[in-house]
Amino acid sequence: MENISFFLPEIFLAVSILMTLMIGVFLKNSYVLVTSIIYGIIITLILIILNSFDNSFKLFSDSFVSNPFTNFFKILILIGTFFILIITQNFIKETKINYFEYSLVLLLSVLGMFIMVSANDLILFYLGLELQSLSLYILASLDRDNLKSNEAGLKYFILSSLASGLLLYGCSILYGFSGSTNFEIIRLNTNTENIGTIFAMVFILVGLAFKVSAVPFHMWTPDVYEGAPSSVTSFFAVVPKIAGVAVFIRFMQIPFSEITEQWQPILIFISLASMILGAVAAIGQSNIKRLIAYSSIGHIGFVLAGISTSTNLGYSSSIAYISVYVVMNLGMFACVFSMKRQGKYCENLNDLSGISKHHPILSISLLVILFSLAGIPPLAGFFAKFYIFIAVIESKMYTLAIIGLLSTVISAFYYLRIIKIIYFEDTNKSFDQTKNLGISTTLFLSSLILVTFFLYPSFLNTIIETLIVY
Amino acid sequence: MNFPILSSITLLPILGAIFIIIFNNKTNENKNVIYVSLFTSVVTLFLAIFLWYVFDKSSSEFQFVEEKKWISGYIKFKFGIDGISILFIVLTAFITPICIISCVNSVKNRLKEFLIAILVLESFMIGVFCSLDLVIFYLFFEAGLIPMFLIIGIWGGPKRVYAAFKFFLFTLLGSVLMLVAIISIYWITGTTDVTEIFSKKIPAEYQYVLWLAFFSSFAVKMPMWPVHTWLPDAHVEAPTAGSVILAAILLKMAGYGFLRFSIGMFPVASEYFVPLVFTLSIIAIIYTSLVALMQEDMKKLIAYSSVAHMGFVTLGIFTFTKQGIEGSIFQMLSHGLISAALFLCVGVVYDRMHSRLISSYGGLVNILPKYSLVFAIFMLGAIGLPGTSGFVGEILVLLGAFQKNFLVAILASIGVILGAAYMLWLYKRVIFGKLEKKELNELKDLNLSEGAILFLLAGLTLFLGFYPNLILDTIHVSVDRLINDYQMNLILNTVK
Repeated sequence: MENISFFLPEIFLAVSILMTLMIGVFLKNSYVLVTSIIYGIIITLILIILNSFDNSFKLFSDSFVSNPFTNFFKILILIGTFFILIITQNFIKETKINYFEYSLVLLLSVLGMFIMVSANDLILFYLGLELQSLSLYILASLDRDNLKSNEAGLKYFILSSLASGLLLYGCSILYGFSGSTNFEIIRLNTNTENIGTIFAMVFILVGLAFKVSAVPFHMWTPDVYEGAPSSVTSFFAVVPKIAGVAVFIRFMQIPFSEITEQWQPILIFISLASMILGAVAAIGQSNIKRLIAYSSIGHIGFVLAGISTSTNLGYSSSIAYISVYVVMNLGMFACVFSMKRQGKYCENLNDLSGISKHHPILSISLLVILFSLAGIPPLAGFFAKFYIFIAVIESKMYTLAIIGLLSTVISAFYYLRIIKIIYFEDTNKSFDQTKNLGISTTLFLSSLILVTFFLYPSFLNTIIETLIVY
Repeated sequence: MNFPILSSITLLPILGAIFIIIFNNKTNENKNVIYVSLFTSVVTLFLAIFLWYVFDKSSSEFQFVEEKKWISGYIKFKFGIDGISILFIVLTAFITPICIISCVNSVKNRLKEFLIAILVLESFMIGVFCSLDLVIFYLFFEAGLIPMFLIIGIWGGPKRVYAAFKFFLFTLLGSVLMLVAIISIYWITGTTDVTEIFSKKIPAEYQYVLWLAFFSSFAVKMPMWPVHTWLPDAHVEAPTAGSVILAAILLKMAGYGFLRFSIGMFPVASEYFVPLVFTLSIIAIIYTSLVALMQEDMKKLIAYSSVAHMGFVTLGIFTFTKQGIEGSIFQMLSHGLISAALFLCVGVVYDRMHSRLISSYGGLVNILPKYSLVFAIFMLGAIGLPGTSGFVGEILVLLGAFQKNFLVAILASIGVILGAAYMLWLYKRVIFGKLEKKELNELKDLNLSEGAILFLLAGLTLFLGFYPNLILDTIHVSVDRLINDYQMNLILNTVK
């Protein structure tokens, strides 16, 4: 029974969600209360996980694993959620969608991600995935009086269900051909002779690529990002990606590790297509949320490039990349939530025009974040790309490396365009002066990390190196 | 000596910039900001000169080496200088205070941000010349793009956005291939430490591709024909101080890169690609000189002349003779002084008239005697008249070139004549003649700060012209080592 302590984070999360739900239901206008409780829950959870960070364990007849790898991703998910809740608080209140369900459903999807990340069994994995996805559908259509938000929710629901269906189909084939739902047993029975498993691998890859919005399964991303309330978009762009990448790595590392040659070309194609599309399609965007959507597609391309090497170095470079990506995007969204003019939130890039005069601090942070997203040294974004390319070139995939780097040049163009709008244009507009501690702290922390990363880059490496030893 | 003097020099300007950011008072007291930045850059200059003084000129080893763990298990942080890099550090530290003084006259808005950008840029540039690790080098090399992009884009002329984007994207495109090459070198040799790579030697079959990848980056930065087109745009649109830094230092990073990395790491490929470099250099010298003849914008003319002068630099480096390499190093340093001064000269009249067109001036000698004097010195320096620093560089490069290839040397000499043509014609049209335009009558001659800077630069140009040993003494040993290593490597490779 003492093993159950390794399952403690999930139990704690599930129980506290139900308890908080009671508070929300019985107290009126309980958004603030529920959210503050949830902050507490998240912090406690981080502490619980940190407490047993290095322990590796398998539970429930090997269907649930808990090891440093999953713990790292869980903490990343929690940190992401925590800061998203902080920066979106004002937005939620001011757009009058401050239902207590927002924070609670957010947390529910986090529970789904926890299970996804830790799953060592197809059924458990699928359960986690669906818990996460269903919560996300609800979140996308949170602004229920807004047509666009409803459309976004419905679109996401239909497309995502299709992807889940394909994924489930793949799982069932995999079960049929390998005789088990357990990842490790599947691994033993998955090989090039067993054609059915390769078939299943393709279906599962489709489902996973959809969840991380990689090309060619990215179509939903810009529309959903634009339609959903900005608070939800910020969550979409950060947290589910972390879980998606974790699951990707786990699938490639365990069940499909014997058929590397089969999935490698697929993943290289997906990765290249995402990088190129992310770079090219973002150029024409004028809405900042759509732009972030395309830029996140491009970044996922880089993460997948790391995974596609199928080496430990590649996996750890992907983990480093997603960690830096989280920091950058949190900062980016903190900026988006400071773009408010006469009480209304702006989403158009041209609204940023000339703000550097009135908001020097906001603009310098945005400058740092954008250059970092573009991957210009000495900012953290460069190191993330650098690690990826170290791994890619180690595997002698020169084409992938060169095309990937050329796509960073293209994507630099649209990041520079935003900087141009902020700094080079001479219009005399300004945003409302809002003093929001949460947003400014997030912004400050994010740009501080990005700027000072080069002083001690080993920090991230040393943590990640310990995770990947499987 | 254990004190990390190189890191201190590199970090000092950034510390000054941070100081300015933190102690930013709301009253917009520009004077304090100027004093702080000037103080920082002058201290950096003194440190650099001190470094030059204590530098052991008789040793060909890397000195003041600093080594730290950086990215655990992969890459070390390694700084160190030899006779070549110390001079570029001094040049950088020397040009920056001049830029800061000059921008007081020319930059009207957001002076504080401008000075921060200049200081940060200085740090990155010094870092480039100090680094002995490819990744660290790349880091600084690319990081310089950020402040320069902002300097052109925020304080530039009417077409600044176009120029800034072109500058940034051209350079980035060239450099990403270098990044691929750097990582490949890491996997081939297991290190990115330059000195280790020198001793380990990269297999010849890899050298050609890697050399081309490095070349793509340096050729854009240099800039060599045909990828030079970003330079005139960037120069024309950048504010005076930006042009000065661009011409005096940023272009030199590529020449330095050729010397330090291309020749040292890829001797076989360097020898193989000599015809390519010679052809491009000769085209740059002759073609861009002809283009410069036809320019109506003074800054554009000087920009094209920079491309031509950089042609001499690449020509000299790839002769692999002692004269050629020393000549190109000297040419880079003297071009750093002269082109900086020429841009400052253009800046002087631009601040007064707000026009860079040659046709809007004429007969300035009648009202601006001091200005005409210094302009004449720099003009003659750019032509390469004996007695100016420009002469020493060009004559050495030509000496080297004659040993290697007669035709190339002849063609390069023609370039010298063309250079005289466009510079003299520029001078004639701007300074000589009758003062016909009434609005020019109002012009005032150099003020104190302008006069001080320009006369200082003019004095240095003449001094180096008469006493080139000041520089040549420092580089002799390092260049000897460079050439010896190079020839050793070639012999070893043919023996195999």
